[in-house]
Amino acid sequence: MHELSITENLLELALKHARSAGANRITDLHLVIGQLSSFVDDSIQFYWDAISQGTIAEGARLHFRRTRAECLCHSCGQRAELTPDFTCPYCGSPALQVLTGDEFYLESIEVDFPPIPESEET
Amino acid sequence: MNRRITVVENILSANDQLAQENRARLDAVRLLGLNIMASPGAGKTSLIEQTVRRLAGQLRIGVIEGDIATSLDAERAQAAGAASVQINTGGNCHLEAQMVRDALNQLSLDDLDLLIVENVGNLICPSGWQLGTHISVLLASVTEGDDKPYKYPTMYRGVDVLLINKVDLLPYIQFDMDYFRRGVEILNPGVTTFVLSCRTGEGLEAWLDWVLQSVQQFRQADR
Repeated sequence: MHELSITENLLELALKHARSAGANRITDLHLVIGQLSSFVDDSIQFYWDAISQGTIAEGARLHFRRTRAECLCHSCGQRAELTPDFTCPYCGSPALQVLTGDEFYLESIEVDFPPIPESEET
Repeated sequence: MNRRITVVENILSANDQLAQENRARLDAVRLLGLNIMASPGAGKTSLIEQTVRRLAGQLRIGVIEGDIATSLDAERAQAAGAASVQINTGGNCHLEAQMVRDALNQLSLDDLDLLIVENVGNLICPSGWQLGTHISVLLASVTEGDDKPYKYPTMYRGVDVLLINKVDLLPYIQFDMDYFRRGVEILNPGVTTFVLSCRTGEGLEAWLDWVLQSVQQFRQADR
């Protein structure tokens, strides 16, 4: 349900940056979403297709880069991906500290610019 | 010509901006704001009722109630003695900063010592939206099961205070407190935790003391 609201925010953010760069079309959006963020790619895509219509971002492609939830094991010192039961995959210890996985940002957008009009001879 | 523009901005930055404005309004009158989040039925409204009742005479408390529909919770908070405002989100699963801004306009902030925002009952959505409150509180209840930190890591990661409610029911259900708290500790090491029952009052004193102390510290702090 909250993906609609997220997608609206995403559109506003992308339009803001495109406008201030003077672009007339957004072709691609690159998103970084951590494994611990509870957002569904397909759902964002679904809303995106609907709400981007009629804007300069209509038809733009969404690229999702999912970052893993990485943790540090205080028992064996290894870095590993967080397992569903929150134990270290190397030594089984529960003494873990989560380091990454909360990311949720728009990294970059790809845009087109209007053709530069040829200067008129006087 | 196609060009890539670097953005690197939180997707909800527009909401964050409004949240900052809410925060500034609260800071201007030195009003501490709590954002209480929980799943439906965890006991948010009971906690607020108890908190308002027991601190009556010590703190003037304002409550912003977020719900999908009805004003039942605002009525309960009001009956307990709080100045309350109901926000109906009309199906939205969480509160957003702009809704809180509108609610702040309906409260006389100068006449309050503590603002409590009761978020919509949901363990997923509210965590992404800052409201401008100062302290995020998660109210968990033992009847939800001991696996909740493992299943809803985002919520458990982002909070400052954790309350574990309904502990009077522990003898009747399967709930491994060590397993639950181990999951919490990995996601949110050292989070301030209170174990209590809003029904029997067990453990409530420690929470109320913490509230009083937090209000006091907040007023004294330079900002």
